[in-house]
Amino acid sequence: MTVQELPGAAAYRPTPPPAWKPLTDPAPLLPDPEPHRVLGTDAAAGADPGLLLRLYAELVRGRRYNVQATALTKQGRLAVYPSSTGQEACEIAAALVLEEQDWLFPSYRDTLAAVARGLDPVEALTLLRGDRHTGYDPREHRIAPLCTPLATQLPHAVGLAHAARLKGDDVVALAMVGDGGTSEGDFHEALNFAAVWKAPVVFLVQNNGFAISVPLAKQTAAPSLAHKAVGYGMPGRLVDGNDAAAVHEVLADAVARARRGEGPTLVEAVTYRMDAHTNADDATRYRVDSEVEAWRAHDPILLLERELTGRGLLDEDGIVAAKEAADVMAAGLRERMNADPVLDPMSLFTHVYAEQTEQLREQAARLRVELDAEQDQHDDNAEERR
Amino acid sequence: MTTAAAVPGAQTGKPKPATMAQALGRALRDSMAEDPSVHVLGEDVGTLGGVFRITDGLAKEFGDDRCTDTPLAEAGILGAAVGMAMYGLRPVVEMQFDAFAYPAFEQLISHVAKMRNRTRGAMPLPITVRVPYGGGIGGVEHHSDSSEAYYMATPGLHVVTPATVDDAYGLLRASIASDDPVIFLEPKRLYWSKAAWSPDAPVPVEPIGRAVVRRSGRSATLITYGPSLPVCLEAAEAAVAEGWDLEVVDLRSLVPFDDETVAASVRRTGRAVVVHESSGFGGPGGEIAARVTERCFHHLEAPVLRVAGFDIPYPAPMLERHHLPGVDRVLDAVARLQWEAQS
Ligand SMILES: Cc1ncc(C[n+]2csc(CCOP(=O)(O)OP(=O)(O)O)c2C)c(N)n1
Repeated sequence: MTVQELPGAAAYRPTPPPAWKPLTDPAPLLPDPEPHRVLGTDAAAGADPGLLLRLYAELVRGRRYNVQATALTKQGRLAVYPSSTGQEACEIAAALVLEEQDWLFPSYRDTLAAVARGLDPVEALTLLRGDRHTGYDPREHRIAPLCTPLATQLPHAVGLAHAARLKGDDVVALAMVGDGGTSEGDFHEALNFAAVWKAPVVFLVQNNGFAISVPLAKQTAAPSLAHKAVGYGMPGRLVDGNDAAAVHEVLADAVARARRGEGPTLVEAVTYRMDAHTNADDATRYRVDSEVEAWRAHDPILLLERELTGRGLLDEDGIVAAKEAADVMAAGLRERMNADPVLDPMSLFTHVYAEQTEQLREQAARLRVELDAEQDQHDDNAEERR
Repeated sequence: MTTAAAVPGAQTGKPKPATMAQALGRALRDSMAEDPSVHVLGEDVGTLGGVFRITDGLAKEFGDDRCTDTPLAEAGILGAAVGMAMYGLRPVVEMQFDAFAYPAFEQLISHVAKMRNRTRGAMPLPITVRVPYGGGIGGVEHHSDSSEAYYMATPGLHVVTPATVDDAYGLLRASIASDDPVIFLEPKRLYWSKAAWSPDAPVPVEPIGRAVVRRSGRSATLITYGPSLPVCLEAAEAAVAEGWDLEVVDLRSLVPFDDETVAASVRRTGRAVVVHESSGFGGPGGEIAARVTERCFHHLEAPVLRVAGFDIPYPAPMLERHHLPGVDRVLDAVARLQWEAQS
């Protein structure tokens, strides 16, 4: 028996609960139906030529860096490298859009963004070479450690931005995450905190199609990742992640918005991972070449080069010059990475605590004895050979 | 202990060299073939066959619904497994790496471990959580943790770790068949270790919870498990030259703990060293040493010693060899067992 049928009961008329009204109008938060583009459109005419040229030079360097680092894995100089080839426009724009006092929170794939922000290219690779975990001082460049556990850096970005605002500092945090990382609880908690606190944060999702082997369709059923913003009460922006000018523009808007105290933005950059997940992965197991080829025609360097040459801002000499500058960078990187890092095993015990515990001192002493014995052995052998 | 003894071993055939990874994959396959309620889920377990290829071919053979690529969310994966198990399925969850299982700890500790107890036995959760663990493979940060102590400290979970190809098969089958949740720790540096093994030969599928003596000896017992077993066996061989005849006990299961086998061995030898690569302080060795002492006090000629990883965050690959307890460190501890001479 339903309520309406109860004898004597008044007819049931559904009405909303008395106090309900939407907290936020969802319409302005919704992303555009198509990823925002600048290059090759009328909007390009309004773009600053100086910025476009700078982006171009950095893109070419970035590509060269990816190629060089991948080569270093083959030579055994790097343990592993997650290449961002194809995604350079996102990496570079993320680095260039920030002011000096701002902070970058990269994921493990974002070595390039860290380097473009000014981190020493070798320092940026120590994690992946395997000599130390990160190692650099995050405060020096305002770059958080490259983060391997997925999405865990996002709440950090929110907390830092919030703290800066509490202190009255003009600081924006830009946090990067992959499409797969958006499924983690930390992603959702970070977005929610950021929106509730109106923290000056920009979330940049590089949607490169895959989380290792898992395609986006198995990751989310949302219309787009940018749409996820709406549920948290922040704007979602969709951008062509291979269009450096567009990524820069959208990120610049989001950073400006954060600076004005208007809160966080979620940016989804639609791009593609041209290489395998890392050099250790076999991408042929889960994707077809034709898909990769389609994206090759939409290469971020190609798009920008066409725009610049089409408008007479770049000629053959300029292209060659950019390549040469990139080669110089790569040669330097190669040379420095070819030297064996000198590591002190005793460093295992430093920086575990501000002050070493008695237990660690004991363990360090034990290792010291082992190392001395090893050295003696080594010297004896050398003696014998002589 | 569990229903594991009921799992039949497989058919007959000629043993061939197989890796631990292959044996694990075969155990999953056989469990799925035999019991339609067994489901595999995790990140990249489908098309890719897992980053270590343990689940290779399962999606093809059993379909996406039985071997499922999930969204990338460990809490979600294990939480969903709880619900699946509540509804009668037997989920086998893959955590991609030791350190990436941490987001799932809330589900594990608050629900997986406690559901049987909270429901007064009405709702057991037959979930197997496969976790590749440990170092020695040159993995970068967050790819080499030994997390067994966290799991051991949580009542309600079985904690199992094979060290041989046979055990990889047998213990995984037993774990999946268990009506209790099992944390199945896979020593990733032994994934490619080989042994003569045939999926078609009779494979011993034992109930979980039994330790085994891998080498018998008279002068001291090395108590170990998982990745440290080969180290201990090598140390035992090397110790012969020093006049030591070492017994090596492979625990195989940390929870339940086989006090009987361990104590019987130590009573015979009178001396014991616990060897594992996870950090020593608050680590499994402390618990094991205490149990041995409680049971064997009057038989002991020396304190139970521990050889463990240092109490530091797992180091970067270029320094990991200094952290991992190797043969020399084990031998050094064995030498320290000459307690009378020392004191
Ligand atoms: C918490 C956690 N779970 C699992 C992993 C293992 N893992 C490393 S990268 C990766 C895929 C990430 O995909 P996505 O977020 O799309 O970033 P992309 O690699 O495409 O840049 C996975 C599953 C991890 N690093 N952290």
